[in-house]
Amino acid sequence: MALLEIVGAAKHFGATAAVDGVSLSIDRGAFFALLGPSGCGKTTLLRMIAGFEAPEKGRIVIDGVDVTALPPYARPVNMMFQSYALFPHMDVAGNIAFGLRREGMDRQRIAVRVDEMLGLVQMTGYARRRPHELSGGQRQRVALARALAKMPKLLLLDEPLAALDRKLRAETRIELVGIQERVGITFLVVTHDQEEALSMASRVAVMKEGRLVQIGSPSEIYERPSSRFVTDFVGEVNLFEGELAAGFNCSTLAVAGFEPIPLPPGTDLLHGTAAALAVRPEKLVLSPAPPAGFAIAAMVSSISYLGGGSIVHLVASQGRTLKAYLPGAAAARFARGDAIWVHWSSEDGVVLTE
Amino acid sequence: MIGIGRVGRLLLIGVPFLWLALFFLLPLLIVVKISVAESVVGIPPYTPLVTRDAAGFKLQATLANFALLASDQLYLRAYLGSLANAALATVLCLLLGYPIAYAIALARGARRQLLLFLVMLPFWTSFLIRVYAWIAILEPNGLLNEFLIGVGLIATPLPLLNNQFSVELGLVYSYLPFMILPLYGSLSTLDESLIEAAADLGARPFRVFLGVILPLTLPGIAAGSLLVLVPAIGEFVIPDLLGGPDTLMIGKVLWDEFFNNRDWPVASAVAVVLVAALAVPILGARKYLDRAQAA
Repeated sequence: MALLEIVGAAKHFGATAAVDGVSLSIDRGAFFALLGPSGCGKTTLLRMIAGFEAPEKGRIVIDGVDVTALPPYARPVNMMFQSYALFPHMDVAGNIAFGLRREGMDRQRIAVRVDEMLGLVQMTGYARRRPHELSGGQRQRVALARALAKMPKLLLLDEPLAALDRKLRAETRIELVGIQERVGITFLVVTHDQEEALSMASRVAVMKEGRLVQIGSPSEIYERPSSRFVTDFVGEVNLFEGELAAGFNCSTLAVAGFEPIPLPPGTDLLHGTAAALAVRPEKLVLSPAPPAGFAIAAMVSSISYLGGGSIVHLVASQGRTLKAYLPGAAAARFARGDAIWVHWSSEDGVVLTE
Repeated sequence: MIGIGRVGRLLLIGVPFLWLALFFLLPLLIVVKISVAESVVGIPPYTPLVTRDAAGFKLQATLANFALLASDQLYLRAYLGSLANAALATVLCLLLGYPIAYAIALARGARRQLLLFLVMLPFWTSFLIRVYAWIAILEPNGLLNEFLIGVGLIATPLPLLNNQFSVELGLVYSYLPFMILPLYGSLSTLDESLIEAAADLGARPFRVFLGVILPLTLPGIAAGSLLVLVPAIGEFVIPDLLGGPDTLMIGKVLWDEFFNNRDWPVASAVAVVLVAALAVPILGARKYLDRAQAA
């Protein structure tokens, strides 16, 4: 049975719908990511689950109990705030113990649990420090320890890594996953960073304008996006807009200025349907000589070296720009101004109608 | 600091220092000087500090006025009476002001501006006139008694004026804004996510208040209490206009020494002791606020 069940939740701020009839269920033990651009309603949805916003419609059920009408202090969830919201007048141990004291746990057990939590987030020895004496990364750990201390059924994390610098963010991502596996608590993380969502979560829901647009595993979201919005929001993409043309043994996409582009086998759409073909940059193959079969003629306009690979920016007919990702030193073969051929295997493309 | 240089910095600090030296320190020193003189009939009504005769300069200072303050119970009782009245007024202002400040801090936009405006509105009228207005309200045939008799709640007028009650009412009424404003300042900068975090961790509203809101607004409470306590101790107008024969406050004693007894040296001694006594809570609070700021 699902741990969290949201049924038709809705909430307006003025005339705009922040959350527009969202239904979602999250399995026990999952690391679930709610991904979307800022203003898509993901934080409002999170705050509804925590009890800080009351939905106008719908129900929120946690572990079989309808908590829609319960105040925040009575819900079996804890939240890690984006700003961390550590109590500045208490030391680290006091912050972690705050929730345990409210539970009426006895002093000895609180002390043991606080030590356990400090160990879990590798902050042993910092118990007597005040929040203002800690670095951003250390505060983040304390905030996590405080939210986990009560062993909630569900942990809500609001942009948990947003305030950290790039290198620390990458390390903390791995740590968060490790901690989640160790404590076995269901994590629901809200983020606008697709890399963060894809790398940490076992399931991802993409949100747009108050609605869920796709739910799936990270690879489903990336490899089989359901709409132009998801393809564009999650990672880089080359998008060809056109009309479907039924071919001999496979369908093609008629795009102005190009040869008909072959679509992945099994594409089952009517002739003339407006559709888009999405191809990820790493799927593009560049070659100096025309290959057999379908290819697009293009010119290299610039090459961005990223260390582990390069992004090659291309201009095709009618000024259309394309991006190709070449791993390692593969881009060294090309120089700006080179005329080259771009192709990909047709099953690497994704046809989108939404 | 950028671009103002050494001279600029000296000037920036120097101007307020000069101001304080000229208009605070100098008058205070004059008062101290008078407090060690003897009262005489004449202009000025006290002996000079330094006299010159055939033998040369002679310093003429006496601690007799301070000895009088210590020996006459009246002064000690007046000091303690002031302190008691001011302390009670401070507590009442805090109890009344906190919920008001909280309500203003919770209000948004134009509503908040309106509420703040209302708190400051009384300052548009002279303090003296506002205290006089209370006489018109509280006197035996004043507005309040007339109203209570009119609606049949009481048969004879209540003794509302010229007693402890009216003094305390006057103090609380006059100084409430000085409590509300620093409290509002503290409450409006309080990070709302801290309150949510406390609720999220299982704290009920009252627990959130005791455990998070109250401790984090202590600097505002200290500042507001100081702004009420210190001037209320030295208050003269309110006990004089609203007080009765039993009202013993040091500000009134000071006034009587100056203008009724024309004993400037004793009056100055009263003032010097008052300043010294007030310095204690001010310095104490200052130290606390500095520590709170550093944290």
